Amino acid sequence: MSGAIAGTGVPAPSLVRARRSSLTRSRIRAAWLFIAPTLVILTLIAGWPLARTIWFSFTDASLNSLDDYDFIGFENYLANYDGEWLGLLTEPDWWHSVWNTVWFTAISVSIETVLGIVVALILNAAFPGRGLMRAVILIPWAIPTVVSARMWNWMLHDQFGVINDMLLRLGLIAAPITWTANPDTALWTVVMVDVWKTTPFMALLILAALQMLPGDIYEAARVDGVHPVRVFFRVTLPLIKPALLVAVIFRALDSLRVFDLIYVLTANSRDTASMSVYARQQLVDFQEVGLGSAASTLIFLIIALLIVITLALGRVRLGEDPR
Amino acid sequence: MSRSLASLGFAAGLLVSTGAWAVELSISCSALGKEYEICKQGVDAWAQRTGNTVKIVSTPNSATERLALFQQLLAAGAGDIDVFQIDVVSTGTLAQHLLDLSSKAQGSIGDHLPAMAETSRVGGKLVAVPWFADAGLLYYRQDLLDKYKRPVPQTWADLTETARLIQEGERKEGRGDFWGYVWQGRAYEGLATNALEWVASYNGGTIVDDKGEVTIENPKAAEALKLAAGWVGTITPEGVLNYTEEESRGVFQAGNAVFMRNWPYAWALAQGADSTIKGKVGIAPLPKGGPDGHHAGTLGGQLLAVSKYSKNADAATDLVMYLTGEDEQKRRAVQGSFNPTIVSLYSDSDIAKANPFIGDLVDVFTNAVARPATVTGQNYNKVSTEFFNAVHQVLSKRAEAAQALNRLDRDLKRIKRNGWE
Repeated sequence: MSGAIAGTGVPAPSLVRARRSSLTRSRIRAAWLFIAPTLVILTLIAGWPLARTIWFSFTDASLNSLDDYDFIGFENYLANYDGEWLGLLTEPDWWHSVWNTVWFTAISVSIETVLGIVVALILNAAFPGRGLMRAVILIPWAIPTVVSARMWNWMLHDQFGVINDMLLRLGLIAAPITWTANPDTALWTVVMVDVWKTTPFMALLILAALQMLPGDIYEAARVDGVHPVRVFFRVTLPLIKPALLVAVIFRALDSLRVFDLIYVLTANSRDTASMSVYARQQLVDFQEVGLGSAASTLIFLIIALLIVITLALGRVRLGEDPR
Repeated sequence: MSRSLASLGFAAGLLVSTGAWAVELSISCSALGKEYEICKQGVDAWAQRTGNTVKIVSTPNSATERLALFQQLLAAGAGDIDVFQIDVVSTGTLAQHLLDLSSKAQGSIGDHLPAMAETSRVGGKLVAVPWFADAGLLYYRQDLLDKYKRPVPQTWADLTETARLIQEGERKEGRGDFWGYVWQGRAYEGLATNALEWVASYNGGTIVDDKGEVTIENPKAAEALKLAAGWVGTITPEGVLNYTEEESRGVFQAGNAVFMRNWPYAWALAQGADSTIKGKVGIAPLPKGGPDGHHAGTLGGQLLAVSKYSKNADAATDLVMYLTGEDEQKRRAVQGSFNPTIVSLYSDSDIAKANPFIGDLVDVFTNAVARPATVTGQNYNKVSTEFFNAVHQVLSKRAEAAQALNRLDRDLKRIKRNGWE
């Protein structure tokens, strides 16, 4: 169901055919031999389900009878019935869920990146209890999403929730806020919980990058008397940029597939449904394996497209070693 | 150990005496609260009597998740589970995988509540037998009605007025978090049951009628939804838009609301030893839409069905007939306060002694409104999803009632396109 990204480019032999010596040929053979298990496993666990999902998206299969279906071409995507256009591409609910997902990804990944850098910079500084802090900060990331989402659900409860209670006591709000029920705040609430959960992941990746930076540059900057803020923007940020982009792409990939958090916090509500929630609803609740597969296929294409754009904009290649 | 040996001996004795083949069956019964224990006792009694063995398979607590699991099992033609406990709205979806029980159950089906029997029938076939019944009820705080000298509301207008009055009074006494009426408003099946009650009580129909015509776009339905939308933020906390049964019970049982809509299960809990409102609660049918409306609680409940892929269909059918029979339903009513589906049990004195309120429920069950699950068949989930999403839009003031119903009508007709099947 989730759009698996299988395309890790296999480094093809780039030598010119005419100049292949027998040594080169045997090395290429050995390379293929070593890659073969990976290729086989990828085909089995990523390629086959993906191909099957794409195939199902061209059929009218139903969850009730998976073996009995007809090929219907692009009808799940777009079809004309008696002058009326139907299909996934004309479905406002689908486009709404696409918009929700993209909005959610853009906002949450941006906040997580900024907070992640801040946290990483703090953890990178030398202070007593640093080791302990590094472990503690990972706790939100370690709790299974379903558990933390349930936990937040009760904390955000409008009548009994501890969050409303705190805000009321501090006098910041006059009446309890209905965080997950009000369509205006629901998606922001999801973003907030996601930020709480995945900032540690960002911080960890950025911290790893920070620790690889050479100390002599900072020494030189200090000798020259450069302001620390300037050092950060001129030295630190450019140096960690490749690692940062990889972290952003990882997070974006993850949050474009977001399902559990939204499903537990707000169920199937249309106001907050993500693409994965939509696809699951079609597949499982409505038994429309064909339509659900079409949605899954589109999720795959959308994610692939967005990642290509990000890579092009950031001018980094995943193949380059970011570390 | 010695007990199981004894029962083994007993079973073996039976086996020899009857010469029957002992088989092993699997049944899925849900495990909410006491349900597992009560189910196991009933199943064991049958196993002893017939010499067969029965395994209980645990399934998810949520009805929606359970249905999804059953669908996957049945779609694969797996015979792992012989007897399924299914929700009243799932028969239409699962019917093609269920055995026709007409030959065995035809004689006794007339003893059951007609509405429950109706949900067991799909296209002239009897694919399940009713096991226990559920319906939406109005819970009220007797002590507060006494304090403000108000009767139990008979119409929604009464309820709105009484709730407003008591809420104002209690808030003046410094209870800032006190509310008038709580119910289930999250965008899920529970909202569909709540909203169907409002619409049906105004004589606004049941979304799709018996013949499969979409009837939801009518002024009475719009009136009902307008009324409910008016509650949100006044007598009902806005948070209700994300409440399920347990969240609303939380508010009511903490003593923070005068009225609540819920299923019968909340009764035992509200009257439990640790409840702050023990002895102060009453139940009544949900109010009428108006003077010419009627009391309408949505019908819920569970049925037992036999899988078409069962290798021991005869034994499985026998188990279903035993569990849904009069004796077992009586035992379940006395020991677990499960509401029987056999009408005559509502005047049974043992049950009345154990659960005094059960007798009052027979009218509620007889007049209960069934969701249009059988007529829409496989499409029921889509119909109910469109319905509760439209209602949710109205409740959260994102759409006007009439406009939302107009769109809902169009969407439902689009789902229907070439008939419901």
